[in-house]
Amino acid sequence: MSGGHSTYTPTTGLGRWIDARMPLPRLVYDSFVAYPVPRNLNYAYTFGGILSIMLVSQILTGVVLAMHYAADTSLAFVSVEKIMRDVNSGWLLRYMHAVGASMFFIAVYIHIFRGLYYGSYKAPRELLWILGCIIYLLMMATGFMGYVLPWGQMSFWGATVITGFFTAIPLVGEWIQQLLLGGFAVDNPTLNRFFALHYLLPFMIAGVVVLHVWALHVTGQSNPTGIEVKSKTDTVPFTPHATVKDAFAMVLFLIMFAWFVFYIPNYLGHPDNYVEANPLVTPAHIVPEWYYLPFYAILRAITFNIGPIDSKLGGVLAMFGSIAVLFFVPWLDTSRVRSAVYRPWYKLFFWLFAANAIFLGWLGSKPAEGWYIPAMQASTLYYFAFFLVIMPLLGLFETPRRLPNSITEAVLEKNKGKSGAAPATAESH
Amino acid sequence: MKKVLNGLAALGFLAAGSTGLALQAQAEGAGEIHIAKEGETQHYPLLKPKEEDWSFAGPFGHYDKGQLQRGFKVYREVCASCHSLNLVAFRTLEDLGYTEGQVKTIASEYDFTDENGDERKGLPMDYFPAPAALDPPAPDLSLMAKARGITRGFPTFVFDIFTQYAEGGPDYIHALLTGFNQTPPEGLEVADGTHYNPYFANASALAMAPPITDDTLIEYDDGTPASVDQNARDVSAFLMWTAEPHLEARKRTGFGVMVFLVLFAGLVYLTKRKIWASTPH
Repeated sequence: MSGGHSTYTPTTGLGRWIDARMPLPRLVYDSFVAYPVPRNLNYAYTFGGILSIMLVSQILTGVVLAMHYAADTSLAFVSVEKIMRDVNSGWLLRYMHAVGASMFFIAVYIHIFRGLYYGSYKAPRELLWILGCIIYLLMMATGFMGYVLPWGQMSFWGATVITGFFTAIPLVGEWIQQLLLGGFAVDNPTLNRFFALHYLLPFMIAGVVVLHVWALHVTGQSNPTGIEVKSKTDTVPFTPHATVKDAFAMVLFLIMFAWFVFYIPNYLGHPDNYVEANPLVTPAHIVPEWYYLPFYAILRAITFNIGPIDSKLGGVLAMFGSIAVLFFVPWLDTSRVRSAVYRPWYKLFFWLFAANAIFLGWLGSKPAEGWYIPAMQASTLYYFAFFLVIMPLLGLFETPRRLPNSITEAVLEKNKGKSGAAPATAESH
Repeated sequence: MKKVLNGLAALGFLAAGSTGLALQAQAEGAGEIHIAKEGETQHYPLLKPKEEDWSFAGPFGHYDKGQLQRGFKVYREVCASCHSLNLVAFRTLEDLGYTEGQVKTIASEYDFTDENGDERKGLPMDYFPAPAALDPPAPDLSLMAKARGITRGFPTFVFDIFTQYAEGGPDYIHALLTGFNQTPPEGLEVADGTHYNPYFANASALAMAPPITDDTLIEYDDGTPASVDQNARDVSAFLMWTAEPHLEARKRTGFGVMVFLVLFAGLVYLTKRKIWASTPH
């Protein structure tokens, strides 16, 4: 796809001068103007663009917040309140940053589920998928450390619980935990290193995003049919087609973002984080932010010992395993057909998986008692079975529906009954 | 576009269905106190606070300055004897409709000791001084209206996104202040020196004695009739202001942003339609 030669021709003298020395405008032109994209991309494919503006928004608001924030246990909580009260538009910056983190995760979850639905991870896009998984891991680490910075009760106790997971690891666990904390408990050294890392990781995310986009532009985008691009009629130029479609989706996403920022900015947070951290008072329920809740449910689902593995280590292994398994998806899926559109059984199991993931999230917000425990266990079982049993077996037993010969054929078939879309014009693209 | 519309329709059905569920749940849960049996965990609060009407709720919400001044009076004459307001500076009281001169006067009614140990009168730049510490300490009230909430449960928490319900804090404070002096249900032990209150978030009773009673009402200067409910309502609104002083600016800015984004979305959509008109996809 992008292996084809460049069609960029600078029109001005200055343009030619730069092009001969450092062809950055050529790179931009080839990547975001002339770059051919499948013509059948739907709105599920706009979340990559949405994620990139969210990353920029988080970095911009974050850098300004860092100018006013004090990473010291005796000052952190009050410095955040100073931002909210005394800094010009400080309330806006801080709410954009806090709500923005949630929006970032909403977008990334839709992006991941889109990949799972359309089989975007299958050859030759395995590395593209793995780079995405790395970005997601970095996002989780960044989000977790960012939540500690306001130094509220949930910041402190969330950090205590999550770093405590590491003590479950035999032999080196305690050492790892002390390295993370900079001591034996969450305290000033913890806050300082979390702040430093919270400032560093977003730039690492930006770096991996560059690799992610690079890999994308080598293999070309996948599309809802899962059929590779075969001829020029299968694609349209990125600009204006994808640019304007992405822009429309971005504005709709920004409307949702603004709704939360301006009207319900604390909806996605926890009231306890407006109470300053107090090592002597434990909150009644310690819950992580909503975007970790499914994993929190998986952690607490393991209430039994398995051989030499006690329930604590088992829970931690299950939780880390639930993310690690994503890295192997390209090889767990044995189907020759990419897209769920042509896979009736996979489609069913996929939607069950999506519903199960939301249910796990809800369970994650509940205490581990009563019927919630068996529900967590059943849901965890389905989570892993989807990847480790259903994905490998379906490819062997499922009969896929007939695939169209090309993207163009699929598009024309879909538009057959529609008035106003003459097939003849399609050939001109 | 058809798919999007279908999706929206499905969402609508889902929302309608779960509203039914929510109403049913509300009808079942209203006013009933569930005491945990042996082996069960007791959950608090025993009763969920009621939703009150607040002037600052909704997309055009704003503070009622008269109410904030009344609430400030209740804070000064009742709450301030035990609770601090560490994050609030006197200068910000101008938001309540006081003039610069009035703020100076209010500040000067407080005494401060500077670093040389000299006594001086308070200035607008000073923050509310903390009262003498109690044992157990009384929590600071600056952020109380955001530091307390109501567990909403499924599916109510989904509707809250659309109804913009964000007044769990003031609802809680109002319910707590008006929830004293009830008879505890049978089988519930109330420890000595604590006061039963079914709305308290962490237990069935708290150390704070009923702060506002019919005998200790705070009378208002603006002619508003005083009652326990009115005192509690006004101080809850005042604490919402101390927790979120820029709420009005936030909602006002939000309206402008929303109008812009919706118009912009419309224009981008029309552009998109034109660009894709000759390309079946």
